[in-house]
Amino acid sequence: MRDLRTEEMTLNMGPQHPSTHGVLRLKLRTDGEVVTSIEPILGYLHRCFEKHAENLEYPGVVPFVDRCDYLASMNNDHGYAMAVEQLLGIEVPERVEYIRVIFAELQRIASHLVAFGTFGLDVGAFTPFLYAFREREKILDLFEMTCGARLLYNYIWVGGLSHDIPPGFVEKAYEFLEYFEPKIKEYNDLLTNNKIFIERTADVGVLPADVAINYGVTGPQLRASGVDWDLRRDEPYSIYDRFDWNVVTGVEDMGVLGDCWNRYYVKILEMQESARIIRQALDRLPVDGDVQAAVPRKIRPPEGALYFRSENPRGELGYYIVSDGGTKPFRVKMRSPALSNLGVIDEIGAGWLVADVVAILGSLDIVLGEIDR
Amino acid sequence: MTRQEIYDRLLAQFGESVVAFSNEPFTQFIVIDTPAWYHIAQYLKTDPDLYFDSLMCVTGMDLGPKKESMEVVYDLFSMRHRHKITIKVVGPREDFHVPSVESIWRVADWHEREVYDMFGILFDGHRHLKRLLLPEDWEGYPLRKDYQVQEYYHGIRVPKIKPKKLAP
Amino acid sequence: MQGLTHFFQHIGISSAFWSFFIATIIYGVFVFTFLALFALVAVYLERKVSGHMQDRLGPMRVGWHGLLQTVADTLKLLAKEDIIPRNADRLLFVLAPVVLFLGTYMVFAALPFGPGIIGSDLNVGLFYIIAVSSLVVIGIIMAGYSSNNKWSLYGGMRSAAQIISYEIPVGLSLIIGVMMSSSLHIGQMVQAQATGLWGLGGIFGWNFIQNPFAFIALFVYVVAGTAEANRTPFDLPEAESELVAGAFTEYSGMRWAFFFLAEYANMWVVGVLGAVVFLGGWNSPIPGDVYVPGFVWLFAKAFGIVFLQIWARWTFPRLRVDQLMVTSWKYLTPIAFFNLVGVGFWLLLI
Repeated sequence: MRDLRTEEMTLNMGPQHPSTHGVLRLKLRTDGEVVTSIEPILGYLHRCFEKHAENLEYPGVVPFVDRCDYLASMNNDHGYAMAVEQLLGIEVPERVEYIRVIFAELQRIASHLVAFGTFGLDVGAFTPFLYAFREREKILDLFEMTCGARLLYNYIWVGGLSHDIPPGFVEKAYEFLEYFEPKIKEYNDLLTNNKIFIERTADVGVLPADVAINYGVTGPQLRASGVDWDLRRDEPYSIYDRFDWNVVTGVEDMGVLGDCWNRYYVKILEMQESARIIRQALDRLPVDGDVQAAVPRKIRPPEGALYFRSENPRGELGYYIVSDGGTKPFRVKMRSPALSNLGVIDEIGAGWLVADVVAILGSLDIVLGEIDR
Repeated sequence: MTRQEIYDRLLAQFGESVVAFSNEPFTQFIVIDTPAWYHIAQYLKTDPDLYFDSLMCVTGMDLGPKKESMEVVYDLFSMRHRHKITIKVVGPREDFHVPSVESIWRVADWHEREVYDMFGILFDGHRHLKRLLLPEDWEGYPLRKDYQVQEYYHGIRVPKIKPKKLAP
Repeated sequence: MQGLTHFFQHIGISSAFWSFFIATIIYGVFVFTFLALFALVAVYLERKVSGHMQDRLGPMRVGWHGLLQTVADTLKLLAKEDIIPRNADRLLFVLAPVVLFLGTYMVFAALPFGPGIIGSDLNVGLFYIIAVSSLVVIGIIMAGYSSNNKWSLYGGMRSAAQIISYEIPVGLSLIIGVMMSSSLHIGQMVQAQATGLWGLGGIFGWNFIQNPFAFIALFVYVVAGTAEANRTPFDLPEAESELVAGAFTEYSGMRWAFFFLAEYANMWVVGVLGAVVFLGGWNSPIPGDVYVPGFVWLFAKAFGIVFLQIWARWTFPRLRVDQLMVTSWKYLTPIAFFNLVGVGFWLLLI
């Protein structure tokens, strides 16, 4: 019996796997079903975004920025446009600001719908995924009405927008809000209060607040750990300081702060808050104004560097743009939230079962496009 | 605290390790001497008045073969005091060694790996410094200004990246 | 099948052995055809039900409203290339679907399709069914091991643990039916449910209304039966989002179709057993009804339980492996024991 021993098994999850949310490879070392260490291996979706950006003029970078986090394209565009506008020192018209906020929040709802739908799928609940995508169709219809694209828009340009909103948009948007707000209750019935779901996600993968800050975790994942920090309220950009809404943090109803259930629940409540912001923005939307008025002919910022950050659905999206005075940026670095969010998985995932690793990965809500850029 | 105050604090504490300070719009940074970076980083994180507990972004920059230097830029933020600072370390283009701060801010673990991957800047003291985004046997450091992509990778031809000429 | 044997003897094949042999073959083919047809219907039902629950339509193009979809799928599976992984254990790999299907197919020898329509009218019918249906575990372990794939191995191990654990609540719940009818014989069990409370017959004769413990036992049985059939929320062995397809990852084409067939056959077995033991078998719910033939009622009740299983799959998330074990050992088994003791006392005292 002395020679009998259990060995650790190295299990490879991905890059092709139904649950890794993209081409991510996780090297798991498992002892039976318990995972002892997780090593993510990245780079399968690396498209050299930062190198491309050095060879394009400033407006030409916007479509590339779209494709980094393809589930939150509007927010990516928004961050980049605001960063360059700060460098140039230009201000955009009021109407543009309001429309940008409406689209950014609609995109946030769409992104959270995908996040919680795929999270349910990871845990085994097939139906909420389809309900989430049904709602998302309506949002994508709104986007298609305006700029013609459903996923990658190239809509928010430096200094303005590519198209003005078409007639009928405001009515359709109100219709969508009327339709969407009662759906939150449906999701709560299906998933949030479901005993099996709670058993799978509550108290699983707990991320304490100080570890989260140290690892650079941001966004709903950080707020689920109890840290009351939202860039839209604490470092307000655009016109977010004019709206009345709450920042959602984790609760201790079903588990502890910082577990998977909280990371999921924060997203559900954030969708509600985004709907509130959209409604207020639609109410106060200025009626006229040219959306292309402030778009400069040639973008040639003065020499300098700027780190600008905004709140992506996944967390803090930062752009470090260095300009050498020419029409092409000298360096564009995108600080993607999902990269730092994924970095914490070894810390919180080790010691759980394989099935829990899937749940934890789903709750961290990563998009490989922005991790690999 | 304003950037000026933070600079004064650092100057008082570390003296000649703090090399330069600039506070013009869009050029706000403190340049520090590379070997002292680890201790300065610890001080920045643990001192109660500064308390930079969040490292927002680590960026590598290659200033080109003409200027013969590379930089690593650290953007720090304090969640407690809500102030920011940008720290730079400057060095040569070849064999640039920077003390790693990944044991101080764990977020730097992957960010420094990415800087190493893209620029070839070596981080001393990093526990697993290997490439992050590119395959481990890739040659060269892509984000350098004079980077030439390798011809073949495992027998597959690698296409060259040509700068695009956009319509005026 | 007695009837078939006599039929053949009657038409002239005097040897008892040969008429029995031919009758067996015909019945075997009949069962296999039934299984295939049932799988056809059940898969179509599942896709339509899941579609409508998910606010979409399900198959619509192949045939009117997608009725021929499963036929098309079967043809496709038949035409697929047979892939065996290079380092797989060939013998076990090929045998695994056979053993699995055998485990389920052998159950049908004693499973009723209606009053008198039964392959082998065993005195210990129920006992035989419960015993033989455990063969599927071997098939799954063989599949998981021989695929030379770590994920399949996980799926096989989990499945073995699951099926063995849930045999106990299933068995205990079915024994309640045996106690209430004092017989393991399927026909007699159904017969005993013909009259019941206050001599009314009909639905009041069914076992699950006779005493409260049997009522609880019905629920325990349905839950444990769903686990036996590897359906969500207990579908860890084939957990799509974690193990791709679990123990069956490396199987393609007709081999995979056998596993699929066996899964639906298992669902049907769970349904029929539940109908026979708890829901009165082929007795009509309306007292004194003789117009509708017995097998219609049996089929209706079995389909009802099958529908419940399909419904549960699309509604609930799946349980983790340790939670699954906890559910079986710490919850279902004690409740099943409690039911057993309760029914015993009830029958003694009342």
